[in-house]
Amino acid sequence: MEVGTAKESHPVRAVNRACGPFLLLLVASCAGGPGDAPVPGSHAEDLLLLNRVTWGANPSSARELARMGPARYLEAQLQPAQEAALPPEAQAQVDAMTITQRPVDELAKEMESRRKGLDLLRNDDEKKAAQQAYQQELTRLGREAAARMLLRALYSPWQLREQMTWFWMNHFNVFQYKANLRVLVADYEERAIRPHALGRFRELLGATARHPAMLVYLDNAQNAANRINENYARELMELHTLGVDGGYTQRDVQELARILTGFVVREGWSEFIPGRHDYGDKLLLGRTIRGRGAAEVDEALDLLARHPATARFLCRKLALFFVSDDPSEALVERLASTFRSSDGDIAAVLRELFASAEFRASLGTKFKDPVHYVVSAVRLAYDGKAILNAGPMINWLGRMGEPLYARPTPDGFALTRTEWASAGQMATRFEIARTLGYGAAGLFRAEGPQPAERPAFPQLANALYYASMQETLAEPTRQGLDSATSPQEWNMLLLASPEFMNR
Amino acid sequence: MNKRAFLRNAAGLSLAPLAGRLLAAPAAGKSRFLLVFLRGGYDAANVLIPASSSFYYESRPNIAVARESVLPLTSEWGLHPALGDTVYRLYQNGQAAFIPFAGTEDLSRSHFETQDSMELGLAAEGARNFQSGFLNRLVSVLGASEAALRPRAMAFTDQLPLAFRGEAQVANMGLKFVGKPAVDARQSALIAAMYRGTPLAAQVNEGFAMRDDVLRDMAGEMEGAGRNAVSARGFEVEARRVAKLMKEQFNLGFVDVGGWDTHVGEGGASGFLATRLAELGRGLAAFADEQGPAWQDTVVVLISEFGRTFRENGNRGTDHGHGTVFWVLGGGIRGGRIAGDQVAVRQETLFQNRDYAVLNEYRGVLGGIFARLYGLEDATLERIFPGVKARDFALV
Repeated sequence: MEVGTAKESHPVRAVNRACGPFLLLLVASCAGGPGDAPVPGSHAEDLLLLNRVTWGANPSSARELARMGPARYLEAQLQPAQEAALPPEAQAQVDAMTITQRPVDELAKEMESRRKGLDLLRNDDEKKAAQQAYQQELTRLGREAAARMLLRALYSPWQLREQMTWFWMNHFNVFQYKANLRVLVADYEERAIRPHALGRFRELLGATARHPAMLVYLDNAQNAANRINENYARELMELHTLGVDGGYTQRDVQELARILTGFVVREGWSEFIPGRHDYGDKLLLGRTIRGRGAAEVDEALDLLARHPATARFLCRKLALFFVSDDPSEALVERLASTFRSSDGDIAAVLRELFASAEFRASLGTKFKDPVHYVVSAVRLAYDGKAILNAGPMINWLGRMGEPLYARPTPDGFALTRTEWASAGQMATRFEIARTLGYGAAGLFRAEGPQPAERPAFPQLANALYYASMQETLAEPTRQGLDSATSPQEWNMLLLASPEFMNR
Repeated sequence: MNKRAFLRNAAGLSLAPLAGRLLAAPAAGKSRFLLVFLRGGYDAANVLIPASSSFYYESRPNIAVARESVLPLTSEWGLHPALGDTVYRLYQNGQAAFIPFAGTEDLSRSHFETQDSMELGLAAEGARNFQSGFLNRLVSVLGASEAALRPRAMAFTDQLPLAFRGEAQVANMGLKFVGKPAVDARQSALIAAMYRGTPLAAQVNEGFAMRDDVLRDMAGEMEGAGRNAVSARGFEVEARRVAKLMKEQFNLGFVDVGGWDTHVGEGGASGFLATRLAELGRGLAAFADEQGPAWQDTVVVLISEFGRTFRENGNRGTDHGHGTVFWVLGGGIRGGRIAGDQVAVRQETLFQNRDYAVLNEYRGVLGGIFARLYGLEDATLERIFPGVKARDFALV
């Protein structure tokens, strides 16, 4: 979509010319970028569907949905092509990242030797400076991962996969500020989570169990025969598979911890060291697991992934994410049955979920957590015009309390409204709505010694607004929008409206 | 010699269980409590200094605070000179007390693990419920009998801390960097009107009201800046904001202060830690000052996840340790003393020959303070800190 530019001395006039809300021009007459092309046949229900299935409706996704029809669109989202390039300007940013250009083991090795080098420095000032530089580099790598995630959420055609990548990253949460995880988190997302986001749960589970990021985060790298660390074993059952009421005991935690002994992390790779493994037989959830090394882990993960409690626990969480804060038991049971019969096929479960009456009825009623709020706002504002700097978005997420890769605790962020709609949080949202509505907000200021950002503001009164958004707004929201005295203020009010808080 | 011979208890009460009766009728809405979490494990041994211990000076050849610089508190203990104009004065007025050998049973020595387990306020072993922090449970139990007694709780942090997570709805708003809000009054009214009649109307209105309060306080700050030769910075600014909000609107608060992880070059009487301490002290004094008459009814407790190694390391710093020192401040407290179980500071009394021991477990300490402050019975305390006996140091 076209962005209002600073060359215009009077922003209201600028937006009038480009088809704003202040002159009710015909949508079709708007000139400009792809966001202004008409959205054919789009109506409110499609808009609501997009808001749930994607990171947020925008004109280009609405056109795609209209072209394919909802059924084909959903099916395509459930079976994304392996890789789809982002729009060139976004792809170029990802391609230029260190996390793209260099393999994780090489990076981890380099950072590890830098860390060891710190201990050799004797001069306090030198040491402090070197430590700071080391920490800054770790943080830079973590921010690259966050920027890549946001660029994909904003511009990837495979929106459902990107949403599910965040969902599983949150489910199998790691905290990037523990140890050197900022080096590993990009690889964790890329290799352990994203390829399986719509695949088989068992494969996803196995990939997380062996990834160095998880081994470090939940201390399984320290878990060895006779020096048992139960941390990962407990969370593996409580948070990753069975759920806290899944019917396991403290004894099961201890036995699973023994099964999980022997893995270490070296320079960004995980390795199984037979000498650290407990080779005794174990009894997990009533089943004897014969002591024989790393194969025990596969057997245990099979058992956990296929346990009926896991099906229920995961399906309830999916329904929490995609349907409502209080999904019905009937729906959860139906999804769990699909989960079991499909051997944990995530796409099959979602297909069932999307087809349910409860899903349809819930559209537009789920409160956006901060990540959904920020990403949906920027998607709407800059459809077809790739942002050059995800930094402001990363910072907003921090301010709103849902930073990427920075949930300290293994439970991940809550998916319900009560966690995100406190008074302070709402006030912060409105400030962000204003920042986004009134200008480019730093999103087009490239990092490094670049010329200053071209001041610009988005036009949210776009083709999508007139084609479908408008009719979803309640009367008080319309009145609010009508009271706007500038297009920027109108933008802010739309992003601050009750309707925009929901998906 | 029997180690227990060294055990003594300044308050003389710590071993007596709390009387199972209402100590005082809870003064609804009058008592105020602020928990300050010093994140990063501050070096307690260089703040409450065992100045009479030659072992202290042997252990810290580069970073010990020289005896003549230490501000005397008792025959054993002294205070870091950076707190001279602030916390030392409060102590002299009986408005500050310290509890050494305090902390948690958690032995992970991990910031992350230990902060979490403390904020949850549950036994180190056993199931963790990350959706139930002890301050949240305090809100719930106080409000359970009578809505009027329910604390107006607020975390003065960008994210809701674990301690405040749970059943009760608790608001949060970071006050470290309060910019002038960009959404103006007219726009706020427009937004509020869009929410009228929706389930979020109350939060939206409260959010704007809270923001306006902070904004008003900021206007005061700006006026004040002209009069003060040295402008307030960092935690001092934040603490004043917290005090203003706690004076009028909130009576249960949480704030955290970071930057205490002094592995390298921490300094002694001056240097890195001294600078941080001075800022913390100014903040606490500013908080007391800003509270005005309400300071009489306010209790501030400072905790940290662990202390640091008693001996300095090879980098003139200290590493993650175990026992720490809690601070208790308040206009009406029985301060001016060192409270809780203590042991002489010598090599033999160190925990694992490296750290302060923990003789005053944090849940017992906080439970004892809550019991007095809110007149809580044992059964009620049990719901905040299950399985823990409150320790009464008669500070409140």
